[in-house]
Amino acid sequence: MSTTRTRLSPTVAIVGGGPAGLRTARELARAVPGRTLVLEREQEAGGVPRHCGHTGFGVRDLHRVLTGPVYARRMVRAAERAGAEIRTGAMVTGWSPDGGLEVTAPDGLFEVRADAVVLATGARERPRTARLIPGDRPDGVFTTGHLQNLVHLHHRRPGRRAVIVGSELVSWSAVLTLREAGCRTVLMTTERPRGEAYAMLPLAGRAGLRVPLRTRTRVTRIIGKGRVEAVQIEDVGSGRRWNVPCDTVVFTGDWIPDNELARSAGLALSPGTLGPAVDGALRTSRPGVFAAGNLLHPVDTADIAALDGAHVARTVLDHLAGRTRPGDGVPIVADAPLRWLSPATYRPGERGPARGRLLAWTDEYVPFPRVRVVQNGRTVAERRLPWPAAPGRVFRIPSGLLDAVRPGDGDVHVSLHC
Amino acid sequence: MTTAQTAPTADVAVIGAGVVGSAVARALSAHRLDVVLLDARADVGDGTSKANTAILHTGFDATPGTLEARLVAEGYHLLKDYADRTGIPYEPTGALLVAWDDEQLAALPGLKEKAGKNGYTEAGIVGPDEVYRQVPSLGPGALGGLSVPGESIICTWTTTLALATEAVRRGVRLLRSHRVESVTPGPDATVLHTDRGDVRARWVVNAAGLGGDVLDAMFGYDRFHLHPRRGELLVYDKQARPLVDRIVLPVPSKLGKGVLISPTIYGNVMLGPTAEDMTDRTDTSTTEDGYAFLLGHGRRIMPSLLQEEVTATYAGLRAAGDVSDYTVEVDAAQRYAVAGGIRSTGLTAGMAVAEHLLNLLGEAGLKLRERTDLPDPPRMPNIGEAFPRPYTDAGRVAADPAYGSVVCFCERVTRGEIRDALASTIPPRDMDGLRRRTRAMNGRCQGFYCGANVTGMLERALRTADEEGER
Repeated sequence: MSTTRTRLSPTVAIVGGGPAGLRTARELARAVPGRTLVLEREQEAGGVPRHCGHTGFGVRDLHRVLTGPVYARRMVRAAERAGAEIRTGAMVTGWSPDGGLEVTAPDGLFEVRADAVVLATGARERPRTARLIPGDRPDGVFTTGHLQNLVHLHHRRPGRRAVIVGSELVSWSAVLTLREAGCRTVLMTTERPRGEAYAMLPLAGRAGLRVPLRTRTRVTRIIGKGRVEAVQIEDVGSGRRWNVPCDTVVFTGDWIPDNELARSAGLALSPGTLGPAVDGALRTSRPGVFAAGNLLHPVDTADIAALDGAHVARTVLDHLAGRTRPGDGVPIVADAPLRWLSPATYRPGERGPARGRLLAWTDEYVPFPRVRVVQNGRTVAERRLPWPAAPGRVFRIPSGLLDAVRPGDGDVHVSLHC
Repeated sequence: MTTAQTAPTADVAVIGAGVVGSAVARALSAHRLDVVLLDARADVGDGTSKANTAILHTGFDATPGTLEARLVAEGYHLLKDYADRTGIPYEPTGALLVAWDDEQLAALPGLKEKAGKNGYTEAGIVGPDEVYRQVPSLGPGALGGLSVPGESIICTWTTTLALATEAVRRGVRLLRSHRVESVTPGPDATVLHTDRGDVRARWVVNAAGLGGDVLDAMFGYDRFHLHPRRGELLVYDKQARPLVDRIVLPVPSKLGKGVLISPTIYGNVMLGPTAEDMTDRTDTSTTEDGYAFLLGHGRRIMPSLLQEEVTATYAGLRAAGDVSDYTVEVDAAQRYAVAGGIRSTGLTAGMAVAEHLLNLLGEAGLKLRERTDLPDPPRMPNIGEAFPRPYTDAGRVAADPAYGSVVCFCERVTRGEIRDALASTIPPRDMDGLRRRTRAMNGRCQGFYCGANVTGMLERALRTADEEGER
């Protein structure tokens, strides 16, 4: 057994070749002296959009509407044209004792020692096991990511009758994928009183999909020996249970960041997202380590992740230019019904988050939300926002609401009111 | 595959390719015998052996004087030695029995004494300070404990696979997906009627696990009765692993060994099992009640564990019987042997059960002439977390880039390892079989990233095997 690793010393190492990492690479490759290296563990860069067959990508960052695979290819090309080096099939497996990245690739083992590291490892859906859904363990149980991989990258067919668990934006993406593969969605179930993302779908699409959505229901058991035969559904209100015959179950949404590297580095985590806690400039708690994309806000759309990439690139340039690290920030705390806020730290007088927005996740639907910002018992700001806060998609809060926050005056609490 | 009908009459048929049956077949094949190993399921170790709590037991808490106590103590050394030779991963973590109330505290001296009677002298009673020093993340209220440094964690999957692989390499004919439905004893040979044809053998060994009593009855016996005892388990993410570095058990009570928290050989943390007596010998489903029970215990024993993500949930069936000891006996007249009622401790005891049974068979008239032409024991792929794995081995990657191509990201399983498993002596026939050989898709994402890739590799291999008529 030998563990000798070839040393690579790029100026910047970016972990993850999805929209956030690729956009970071595109911005930095032409601006930094030395190399900008993207490490992507999949065989192809591009991230999740590669296997999202539907359209709607690129709106905010590229100002056009593309399908996922086209968007992914464009992001890769743009990063490459800017001069970034993208290594695919290269998996970062941990940190070396002196802070480098340990990488396994078909062409060998590497230790990557960069002046700056950007983590852009994204997020994934919690599978059935993490959600503790009991029953048999048959084949035919997927997450949306797994399903899309099967259908769009491997051209395989799932089953014929699917039950979809969850009603986030991604759940509708699963419906589209299933339909393309000739599998009918016989039920979409959500515990919430309304479908989270339903209102956002174009009416025509909604009518065309004809998906029976049952709110206030949950899956209580999966039934089937070799292959899924049915799921047991419970009406959360009455407790009544019944079986829905199906051969496919897709667990959608319920995101968790791929935080393994962040955690093994000992970075401070945001308790709400479980991703690294960052400030508005996307610095983590370790100097020289930055983060961007859905690792920080599980999950927002691909274009928002990409815009994070542009945002963090400026911070990285500051770091490389030796502009000093700022003083302590003020932690931003999400109060119920908000589950998390990103960024998790505010540094008064410093650069705010990308697009001047705090990103948040709500567990309750509030049609006309009033956002209140409180520090040390003092209401710092309060504003009614003209857009609803809905579970299942990111809620955006103008970061200007934090302008009056004072350093050294304790945590900032952000809450939602009717 | 040779079809059963045209096959010659075997010297010995071993029914059940779990850990015990595989150990018996391996031991038999060290002699000049034609041995056939049958299993009802599509893979070796796919019954009770696969969902064991995977502890290599010292036997400290067995009932002194029983056959089980003797065979567990012997098996502990035999398996440890075998693991060293074949590369079955195990870690000598030690165990700590924790007393949470006065009654349990009062039971500790008796347990230590019992360990001594079982020939295990390293157990030691410790006070609460030492308990919390050993396991700082334990919940409050521990009063004391018994430290058992010899207990270890081991890979139950690789154990069965190594024994069966060695048996096959020594010439044992392995017949998977052959369920024995009835038997016809005859003067020279017994015919085993399986759902895939008849198998004839002069001697028959019943190592049928949970089906052992049913098969025993086919030979006219009514000496033990089994029922499945279901154990549900929660497996926590690797990120929980720093919380616990040894096996943490409650002091056993009349209700059994109770809920333990243990590191797994794959780098996770396991909470379980439940103990629920069942009638259906195939029901390995998990339940709401089981989860609630485990979470309740977990919350008390180690509250911080419950903050972590659950990576996997399982239910295993262990063979519970009405006889409090193993039943290992030979009927010379029928040329029939049984290793029955071997419960969870059978993982540790398996090789000792095989040796014991071989002695009995020899005494009953089976000719055991040792072979001198045995191949070396197999080197099993290491799937333990605490050992060098291919993705960290620069030499292996340089020699074969497939070991540098990580396919399953969560478990860091490489294309080379999956390829090797698919081409191994006993290749997997389904996804669960591949999981047990490589850990692929056993990780936290459960296929989000790698599922399509891994299942694709498996299906291509199965198609090829089909075309070549190997299945």
